[in-house]
Amino acid sequence: MKTKNNTLLYILFITFFAILLPAGYLTGLLSVNTISVWGRYFCFAIAALGIDLIWGYTGILSMCQAFFFCLGSYGIAMHLLLKKTVASGATLPDFMAWNKIDTLPFFWQPFHSFGWSIVLCLLIPAAFAFIVGLVLFRSRIKGVYMAIITQALTLAMWLIFLRNETNLGGTNGITDFNTILGYPLSSSSVKLALYLLSLSMLCAAYYCCYRITHSKFGKVLQAIRDSESRVSYTAYKVTDYKLAVFVVAALLAAVGGMLYLPQTGIITPGRMDVKASVEMVMWVALGGRGNLKGAVIGALLVNFLYSICTSLFPDSWLFILGFLFVITVLYFDKGFMGLGDTIRKKFSATRLKTSQTH
Amino acid sequence: MLLNVNNLSVSFGGVHALNLDRFSLRDKELRVIIGPNGAGKSTFLDIICGKTKADKGEITFNGKSILGKSEVKIAEAGIGRKFQKPSVFPGLTVYDNLLLAAKMKKDIFTSLFFKSTPALEEKIHEVAVKLSLTNVMYKPAGDLSHGQKQWLEIAIVVLQDPTLMLIDEPAAGMSDEETEKTGNLLLELSKSHSIIVIEHDMKFVEQIANELVTVLVRGKRLMEGTFAEVKNDQRVIDCYLGRTNAQLETL
Repeated sequence: MKTKNNTLLYILFITFFAILLPAGYLTGLLSVNTISVWGRYFCFAIAALGIDLIWGYTGILSMCQAFFFCLGSYGIAMHLLLKKTVASGATLPDFMAWNKIDTLPFFWQPFHSFGWSIVLCLLIPAAFAFIVGLVLFRSRIKGVYMAIITQALTLAMWLIFLRNETNLGGTNGITDFNTILGYPLSSSSVKLALYLLSLSMLCAAYYCCYRITHSKFGKVLQAIRDSESRVSYTAYKVTDYKLAVFVVAALLAAVGGMLYLPQTGIITPGRMDVKASVEMVMWVALGGRGNLKGAVIGALLVNFLYSICTSLFPDSWLFILGFLFVITVLYFDKGFMGLGDTIRKKFSATRLKTSQTH
Repeated sequence: MLLNVNNLSVSFGGVHALNLDRFSLRDKELRVIIGPNGAGKSTFLDIICGKTKADKGEITFNGKSILGKSEVKIAEAGIGRKFQKPSVFPGLTVYDNLLLAAKMKKDIFTSLFFKSTPALEEKIHEVAVKLSLTNVMYKPAGDLSHGQKQWLEIAIVVLQDPTLMLIDEPAAGMSDEETEKTGNLLLELSKSHSIIVIEHDMKFVEQIANELVTVLVRGKRLMEGTFAEVKNDQRVIDCYLGRTNAQLETL
């Protein structure tokens, strides 16, 4: 029964996003911007899968996923900007010239090559997560302390990225690109291609996460969430497992960020401020943590709501999100995906009560 | 001797929780430790399995010092622990609890590409039958009754197949019938494992204590002997069995 439901859901999802939406665009019913907006949501959903792995399954609340997301975005942004600069005959990106810098900083050099950019976009977040994780997990930092430290880390990185001295564009971030691998970013077909690429990456990420959570490895992760000490006494090296899942989550966030950049055309440090990093966790909380479908649906739904609400009542979006979050925490701790279960349970509980009183 | 303990001491905030001069355990011996509340029984097991760090002393297991090693290292060396308050994975099914416990390589890559084998399934099934868990195999462990959780935790320890099992109050919260069954199981396990059991239920202690019983009082070893000797020792009666007689205790 359950697998049947799952298959139905997958088919619905694929038909809607891989066939109906592109068809809508091709027949002229939808604008290419709608397509592009959904492509961006898919990137968020990829990052949300990582958050679900580390928080939903392993019980570690990491608030630095937004930072890993930005690392991916910044890497691709640097590559695109260098390509544009070289094509226009200049040696330095505009913002560096304004800041009176005369040579390209060393860490920009490898981003001339597309291949190296991809490698570094994945390698830097993974290495960062590995080192931070090693320190935090070795010192047995858990629960709320983990959340506070990772949030502080994101905040520190946000401050560093805001500075002009970092040579990453400061508050304005990096923007103004025109081509990717030689194709113009403004063309509709490139936008559609990026949309389809994001969708297929989301499906691939979902499949990988599905395999991970259904393997014995995934069961160990859930066991760590339930009773970490019991896992140690059963001879599993808890630190290794936490570290592995932290790196995987960072990679997923970075992949999301990499695909996100060419579709929005701008990355600023605002993507990793406190609000952004809390919001990413909220996608998973609202969708249903410990449930991969919940993470994807949560990310898509919240962002879809965001775009509706910000155009209808621009000032009240944060109130709406906060209200939804409070309701979820109080009444639906399994989120949107667990809605059916929770209601069914409540219903049968009241029925039991009434039958007992009669 | 499989386990040797010398001059082990630990104190919490100035209070001597444990001050054990000497303790040793033969291979395949079943030892029962009794003692009033706060005697340091659970603390002793906590130190052996690495949960609590000792202030000083030495513990050798199989000729190697294990004091100060991590929980994982100690578990790998062959020591399994059942806690007083059942510690299982409530969100996983009983089957998954048992699968995670089963003895095998436990690094991340082995877990990631793990495939079950008929031999392993057989082993899990066998242990589940022994502990009457077969009809709840696919229920979440959190939904089990207290007694069933106790058995599940024992099953977890059994599947780890350790050389030494540390069993803390296995009969707590069980019916008489379940207690007796637990006792028989421990006796059977003692044929192939060394076991240290902490217990308060004297009927249960009588059932399983075929060999020595150690009495701990206020962190110290009061005496060691057969159950009959311990039961008839005046000091033990004063300190422990005769707790109702408050006058004797103050003497």
